[in-house]
Amino acid sequence: MQLKQLVKSLPHEPTPEKIRDQALYKELGLREEEYGHIVRHLGRLPNWTEVGIYSVMWSEHCSYKHSKALLRKFPTQGPRVLQGPGEGAGVIDIGDHLAVVFKIESHNHPSAIEPFQGAATGVGGIIRDVFSMGARPVALLNSLRFGELTSPRVRYLFEHVVAGIAHYGNCIGIPTVGGEVVFDPAYDGNPLVNAMCVGILEHDKLQKGIAKGVGNPVIYVGASTGRDGIHGATFASEELNEASEEKRPAVQVGDPFMEKLLLEACMEMVDQGLLLGIQDMGAAGLTCSSAEMAAKGEHGMELNLDLVPQREKGMTPYEIMLSESQERMLLVVEKGMEEKVKAICDKWGLQSAVIGHVTGDQRYRLYFQGELVADIPVKTLVDDAPCYAPEQKVPDYYRENETICPVEQVKDVDPQEALLQVVSSVNMASKRWVYQQYDHMIRTSTAVRPGSDAAVIVIRGTDKALAMSTDGNGRYVYLDPEQGGRIAVAEAARNVVCAGAEPLGLTDCLNFGNPEKPEVYWQFAQAIEGMSAACRELETPVVGGNVSLYNETKGQAIYPTPIVGMVGLIEKREHITTQAFKAPGDVILLLGETDAELGGSELQYLVTGKISGRPPRLDLEKERNVQQTVLRAIRSGWVRSAHDLAEGGLALALAESCIDGKLGAHVSLETDLAPVVHLFSESQSRILLTVSKENVDHVRTLAEENGVACTVLGEVTDHPELTIQVNGQVVIHQPIAKLTQRWEEAIPCAMSPSSI
Amino acid sequence: MRFAVTVFPGSNCDIDAIHAIKDVLGESVTAVWHKESDLSKYDAIILPGGFSYGDYLRTGALAAHSPVMEGVREAAEKGKLVIGICNGFQILLETGLLPGAMRKNDHLQFRCSIPTLRVENNETPFTLQYREGELIQIPIAHMEGNYYCDEVTLAELKRNKQIIFRYAGENPNGSIDDIAGICNRNRNVLGMMPHPERAVCDWMGSSDGMKLFTSMLQYWKENYGAA
Repeated sequence: MQLKQLVKSLPHEPTPEKIRDQALYKELGLREEEYGHIVRHLGRLPNWTEVGIYSVMWSEHCSYKHSKALLRKFPTQGPRVLQGPGEGAGVIDIGDHLAVVFKIESHNHPSAIEPFQGAATGVGGIIRDVFSMGARPVALLNSLRFGELTSPRVRYLFEHVVAGIAHYGNCIGIPTVGGEVVFDPAYDGNPLVNAMCVGILEHDKLQKGIAKGVGNPVIYVGASTGRDGIHGATFASEELNEASEEKRPAVQVGDPFMEKLLLEACMEMVDQGLLLGIQDMGAAGLTCSSAEMAAKGEHGMELNLDLVPQREKGMTPYEIMLSESQERMLLVVEKGMEEKVKAICDKWGLQSAVIGHVTGDQRYRLYFQGELVADIPVKTLVDDAPCYAPEQKVPDYYRENETICPVEQVKDVDPQEALLQVVSSVNMASKRWVYQQYDHMIRTSTAVRPGSDAAVIVIRGTDKALAMSTDGNGRYVYLDPEQGGRIAVAEAARNVVCAGAEPLGLTDCLNFGNPEKPEVYWQFAQAIEGMSAACRELETPVVGGNVSLYNETKGQAIYPTPIVGMVGLIEKREHITTQAFKAPGDVILLLGETDAELGGSELQYLVTGKISGRPPRLDLEKERNVQQTVLRAIRSGWVRSAHDLAEGGLALALAESCIDGKLGAHVSLETDLAPVVHLFSESQSRILLTVSKENVDHVRTLAEENGVACTVLGEVTDHPELTIQVNGQVVIHQPIAKLTQRWEEAIPCAMSPSSI
Repeated sequence: MRFAVTVFPGSNCDIDAIHAIKDVLGESVTAVWHKESDLSKYDAIILPGGFSYGDYLRTGALAAHSPVMEGVREAAEKGKLVIGICNGFQILLETGLLPGAMRKNDHLQFRCSIPTLRVENNETPFTLQYREGELIQIPIAHMEGNYYCDEVTLAELKRNKQIIFRYAGENPNGSIDDIAGICNRNRNVLGMMPHPERAVCDWMGSSDGMKLFTSMLQYWKENYGAA
């Protein structure tokens, strides 16, 4: 009955011939050879709408064209994995017919030019990814990188990014329970804003972003479509430059209230079993969600764009398809269920509209004012995106670093002076200024609030809890991407182990520079090697994530910064452990070995103003052994506190546990290293434990069985002082009150420079 | 005792209030959608925290005109217990069930922490199990908790002992006279910025909020006799 229609071009848009002749596709980020592929796929010249659709679907952000080949190296399977990469978020079984759903995603470019909305919509997007799986979002985390706070621009970015995250998470009512913030000149023009969401799912409620069943309706729910965020995905796939400010309209504006309504409505639809498929309209908006759903379902789709709820008059198909307006969801339901969906949307005051239907011919057809305006084989958008394996080159700096000896740079520093500098470094100091702006207690399930190694939330109705942490050290990865990649995974796992959890799996956000530069691509490839090796050894599969490339300003790449979001399962609530010292008389033990490893350390940075040399090395077998020892000791009930040794080394870990526990410590150790080197080395695979006296031998025996070095360092005291003796000499003797004050005030002072 | 928890679009502490009443206090509780206006079958009403209507216009301003607020007003007039927590307090101010108004925190940031409160008046249905002057820890989480009223109102609040909770340490929002919670003259309507429902188990960081709910239960049993 339907006649074969010709694909039209709108009068005011460039004609297909003009797009070809003037290479207008380049403005949309497509290469000449990519344009050639499109012409072959269509068997004709594409019109402006079609070029736009291909350009976003084949952007780095949506297609992973520079990373796909490398991402295949990640282990993604495991006995508990219910859903690996490829859907909105990864899903891991946690027993009791429950699963944990989580994902991390970047919003770096938008946050660089519009920090409040950029960060807020980053949070909104990741929440939608989680509830589009059918899960109830229960926690948010983030990982932030900025330049140095001495710059007014950086203070502005930091303040507004934090406020944007707070605004969205607080309003929608999901606690922001953890995260990290690092300041380094490497991120000066290109801050990183990575947001993670964790949800809990009942197994039988698992949803997929899929379109199936010929004739089934495609339903649009949520906010109406405006001209905001057009080409956001393409913008995220370019370097930042002076002209980036002009792309401010590519940043979307978030409305967490709308998302709260959307969340509750979708949860009701999931509960009633109404949905065949659901996908968030995130990057590349309606285009990406509808095309991916059709391609995954091996079906086609026809959409009538006149039916799409629109916020502005006169929007073109190109604008409607490429808009990244927030708080929208695309649904596919069984024919006949439309009214039930509408009733739920009406209750929550949400707009909804049937905008099309599923077809059986794997074509992606768009109609606008009665005309066919796009007709594309849908699989070519999703599965036939180009795949590049750029050239790799070992950077010169990496070779030059081989001969540098960081120990020589710092060995003469007074340990006491070093500790005072480290505790008051904004990177090491208390992040209270940040997390007190986040509601971290709503949903009343937060058992370990921000400030410990990992946050913990309890799972209501069970005795279980989830530990979660985000981690990534760009300095280490810069100095040695392979080792740095291992460390990123290992440390995130160590953090959740210290909370009493078994690491289950991770999501990653790979923040790198321009992959078309051979040195950057080498960093990227090496980091993935290192991460994959650690994932295999620690049995923590990668169940989802995001790649953010082109993080450069004025041709200068950021430190390669893979961020790992790790989730672990605590079997019993009584295993929940924090880093704070608990009681005077408890014995302080150090598991693991300390070597002279100061390359990329906080102390090296504070002393020399830069990082150099090689970073700490990570032996995966040792790492695994130390983690298993600590987890067994916690589960045996022997551990009072556990704290991962990370940036700032042993000295900072001791100080933090004292500050947090409002107790003192007396520590005495023997070493062949210079005291300052031993105390501030950032050797990996080390965990600080406190145990009551009667359990010391248990833990030592367990460590010995596992081949883990275990040293008694001293004991927790009720004198409010930290005293550290090295080889019989007191090298640090500081009141906890003074350390606390320096540690607490560092960021507030840096944020109000006039009061210094 | 039958509790109702009102649910407005954008309420988000409703589940926490329900959890505190049902699972910790062990009493009956019903979530009541904002379009209901008949609350006659409930003994106490909780207006929970959150961002009703996204805080658009002013915090609590739109929710104050919801049908359910007619039921709340009636319940208050009949002497039933009404408690507004955080956004619920803001709504009670907007409806005029409590005097005064709310401003943005004086430091202009959202603040989430566990401050110490002093129980200023324990002769109310909400505080009878606390000691007068007792120091308790109850979490806060708000952007607009800077309570304000004019001098005449403040003098009246003091004279009638309507100031129920004050911040005992640092004032986290700049509220006048360190006010954290006030009640009406009849003592049956309480508004407070801190969240007692977030302090009902030790692992939450504090269980000091529990006595507020057990006080309500005791008051109701004594006055309406749990048959």
